[in-house]
Amino acid sequence: MIRVALPAPLRALACIDGEVQVAVAEPVTLGSVLDAVEAGYPALRGTIRDQITRQRRPFMRFFACEQDLSHETPDTPLPGAVRDGSEPLLVVGAIAGG
Amino acid sequence: MSAVRILVGTRKGAFVLSADGKRDRWSVGGPHLPGWEIYHLKGSPAEPDRIYASQSSGWFGQVIQRSDDGGQTWAPVGNQFVYDGVPGTHQWYDGTPHPWEFKRVWHLEPSLTDPDVVYAGVEDAALFRSGDGGQTWQELSGLRGHGSGSRWQPGAGGMCLHTILLDPTDPQRIFIAISAAGAFRSDDAGVTWKPINQGLRSEYIPDPTGDVGHCVHRIALHRSRPSVLFMQKHWDVMRSDDAGDSWYEISGNLPTDFGFPIEVHSHEPDTIYVVPITSDSQHYPPEGKLRVYRSRTGGNEWESLTKGLPQRDCYVNVLRDAMAVDSLDSCGVYFGTTGGQVYGSADAGDSWNAIVRDLPPVLSVEVQTLA
Repeated sequence: MIRVALPAPLRALACIDGEVQVAVAEPVTLGSVLDAVEAGYPALRGTIRDQITRQRRPFMRFFACEQDLSHETPDTPLPGAVRDGSEPLLVVGAIAGG
Repeated sequence: MSAVRILVGTRKGAFVLSADGKRDRWSVGGPHLPGWEIYHLKGSPAEPDRIYASQSSGWFGQVIQRSDDGGQTWAPVGNQFVYDGVPGTHQWYDGTPHPWEFKRVWHLEPSLTDPDVVYAGVEDAALFRSGDGGQTWQELSGLRGHGSGSRWQPGAGGMCLHTILLDPTDPQRIFIAISAAGAFRSDDAGVTWKPINQGLRSEYIPDPTGDVGHCVHRIALHRSRPSVLFMQKHWDVMRSDDAGDSWYEISGNLPTDFGFPIEVHSHEPDTIYVVPITSDSQHYPPEGKLRVYRSRTGGNEWESLTKGLPQRDCYVNVLRDAMAVDSLDSCGVYFGTTGGQVYGSADAGDSWNAIVRDLPPVLSVEVQTLA
């Protein structure tokens, strides 16, 4: 299972406690993991990526294994530690006050 | 026993204020949807426990929430707002073409008769309709496509469609207003539209009497006389007696005719309320005195209403969707401020009390009168 850590407002929106775990077939990519998260939690559609273009929302960032994946393409394979479930994919709201 | 429910949208969540018909003791529910901007929430006239809310965030975008139990619990519904066809361009602040981009929902207007039908006014300006309780949304693109859209431009708060008025006597007739494009009317349930801005004069735009380009802040009507419209424009308070075909100024003796909300008494079609604000660059009341102004003559002759409102050192604003009335025998009037106060009057504005003082900045106030 792939682990995904979401920011607190999105966990509240989708009624999620803790991390999300999703099953994703190989190849496990940034896009396929986000597809699985949105399929499992429809309330999250449009909150991380645009629903039509699938572009990352401007204030959202993606990290894993101390790597910034925010600017990677959706078909970028995720690190092995994410694929084997030992590390989560981190979905983070950019820090900008508010 | 009748009751009143005030739906308050704020920068950091929604609140539901409740009282019985005496309106002297209030309970405060919330924050609902905490931490998110709630631009607007409004209940269905046909099914008052159904309430729609616009929830948004600079990080996470637009969410639409629906409650079917009077605001106690909420569930997200559809949030996909896609412009019909190729969106094209409107004017940017500097007059250059700028592509239409969806940003947020400013106003939700439930149908007067069908709880599953609701309209959404969005930024960049467009009107959407849902016929399935908010699950899916379709643009009424005849508005954006009627011909003047390329000349619309944003106001300071963005290019928002902020007012939607449904004519209670004619289901085909809809009025909307956009900042800064003006007012528009459809006589065929939203299929086709025309600008209704004749008589408006706005010195801050290239053509002060143009058919579009006016920064209309809010329009209001009385349900018994929907062909009479009242408007708070960027500057000027205006009135139309012919469903918007022509307008004339009714600012009269107001201390300033800049402001945002305008509202009509629930039983007196010629009694109207505004909250004068110093100027377009000073968004607070003149002289630090928070005053509601009431006209009982349909405009021009205004009286200040101050009893119970701060009359010194007050520098809050009252935003365009943040004033509403109830329909009890003695009309209640309510408004919220950017300082987090919600004031209420149970005597048509003669006296006021702060129902709650320390909410986040108030974006919208709607009132439901419950049997």
